[in-house]
Amino acid sequence: MLTVEWPAHVDIRTARKRTRIRWKVRENLSAYGLLCAALVVFALFSWYPIVRGVLLSFQQVDFVNPAAWVGIDNFKRLFADPQFGLAWRNTVLFTGLALIFGFAVPFFTAVLLNELRHARAFFRLAVYLPVMLPPVVTALMWKWFYDPGPGLFNSALGAVGLPGGQWLDSSDTAMLSLVFVSTWANMGSTTLIYLAALGTIPGELYEAAELDGAGVWRRLRHVTFPQLRFVLLVMLLLQIVATMQVFTEPYVMTGGGPDDSTVTVLLLLYRYAFVYNDFGSASAMSLLLFVALGVFSATYVRLTRRVES
Amino acid sequence: MRTLIAPGALRTRRGKLVYGVVLGCTLAVFTLAFLFPLYWTVTGAMKSPQELAQTPATLVPREWHPETFAEAWDQLDLGKYFLNTLVVAGGAWLAQLAIDVPAAFALSKLRPKFGNVVLGLMLATLMLPATALLVPTYVTVTDLPLFHLNLINSPAAIWLPAAANAFNIYLLKRFFDQIPDELIEAARIDGASPVRTLWRIILPISRPILAVVSILAIVAAWKDFIWPLLVFPDTGKQTLSVMLQRVAIDMPLNVLVAGMVLASLPMVLLFGVFQRQILAGLTAGSLKG
Repeated sequence: MLTVEWPAHVDIRTARKRTRIRWKVRENLSAYGLLCAALVVFALFSWYPIVRGVLLSFQQVDFVNPAAWVGIDNFKRLFADPQFGLAWRNTVLFTGLALIFGFAVPFFTAVLLNELRHARAFFRLAVYLPVMLPPVVTALMWKWFYDPGPGLFNSALGAVGLPGGQWLDSSDTAMLSLVFVSTWANMGSTTLIYLAALGTIPGELYEAAELDGAGVWRRLRHVTFPQLRFVLLVMLLLQIVATMQVFTEPYVMTGGGPDDSTVTVLLLLYRYAFVYNDFGSASAMSLLLFVALGVFSATYVRLTRRVES
Repeated sequence: MRTLIAPGALRTRRGKLVYGVVLGCTLAVFTLAFLFPLYWTVTGAMKSPQELAQTPATLVPREWHPETFAEAWDQLDLGKYFLNTLVVAGGAWLAQLAIDVPAAFALSKLRPKFGNVVLGLMLATLMLPATALLVPTYVTVTDLPLFHLNLINSPAAIWLPAAANAFNIYLLKRFFDQIPDELIEAARIDGASPVRTLWRIILPISRPILAVVSILAIVAAWKDFIWPLLVFPDTGKQTLSVMLQRVAIDMPLNVLVAGMVLASLPMVLLFGVFQRQILAGLTAGSLKG
């Protein structure tokens, strides 16, 4: 018969404890084994660049000479550049216009679509189709549509007897023209998100409002709007953060012109880094952009988290 | 389902009339606003260069030149750029799945020491506007710390930063959190290693969230412009978007437009096939982000 002999100095309790510790160690090791690839990419491409970005803002970096500390010279250079103030003004103008169109149009479109009982699939597909186009293709397409000569818009306006516009060729209308493109390209996702949210409003609320004698507008104002308040707020924050970073449309369609009327913050940042070869000032600009947008994105993350818990 | 307008109001003769007019107008506006530009582009590609330069433009091409698509394929070397884009998007997708899924599983189910700190540090990056890291990440990619590699002109410059995606971690972890712990316990008692548990138990029941993450990853990689513009100075390595933007000024308009149509086709077809998943991913992606 086989007998198991315990070593005299180990009692069962410590043995169990030891196994448990061994388990814990093993668990932790395999957990970090599964985590290690993610830790490496986050460290290299998120955490380290955050620190590096702050450092670069106070250095002179051109990849020719060794990097040197310059204190706040980069910021001084930015604030002395007339393009810098202009870029911020243009960007805020773009965001403002994009909110007027990109915020109101999808909301009312969603409310309208929610009332229609026919061709629902068609409406959803049509409004979302532009979202699936690569932004560069959208921008090149609209640049051609806007052509004051044989472009689509002036041809269409001419066909109904209206005078054409200068669109991208005039500093008065260039920014507005870019806003149309961006609204057309992006309103699909916003509309469908509102539409999904509208579907969750309990019908009894409308019935009750109706019994109280509320007409369509008052129901919209006192039932629909408050019920969507959260989604609207989240989308508002998201849109502010996204539109303040506009780059593809001005880069592809106008190159910042005419007369610098469409130079945006990101376009100027791109120029500082990749045209003027001044990575320090470009980083300083990123830092300022982060400070300007940090409030909005932090609120967004906090809001969505609160709903989670 | 009861909505803003009372069902009773729609049953009256007046209500039916108003509904019909509104429906008709909406159909017309949607067709004009979203489908007509696409019609214009596709037919524009088939017009002759002379016809394209004509003012005012023609609604229907006078002569059809479908061979422009073949010309565009050759002149723009589209085969190569499709392959480049496919490698970039496919690699970014695989990297995100291979790196983010195990990480989210470890954080959700194995809960190691300091797991919450790691999760917090990852989610904190969500608060950064996407472009705030553009310059420092570019500088990092030109000379990777510790490894001293230059990733410029290599698709890895897209793949690896794409995997550092806190939003994926968040979506996946939230899904894994809902899987009962008993399932993991049972697997452990049966002697399954964590990797085996992930592969054989978690992944098969996580198909919906894997589909959402996959679609978000592929669509984002296909649409991305600014980052590929920075990391592919070598024109032969560029993606479709970067190449189209580069050649836009020099190419004859009909060839360029045909190239744009061809470059858009894969995503439009993908949307046609995976419509439901894409729209589900959209709501998951933005509402609860």
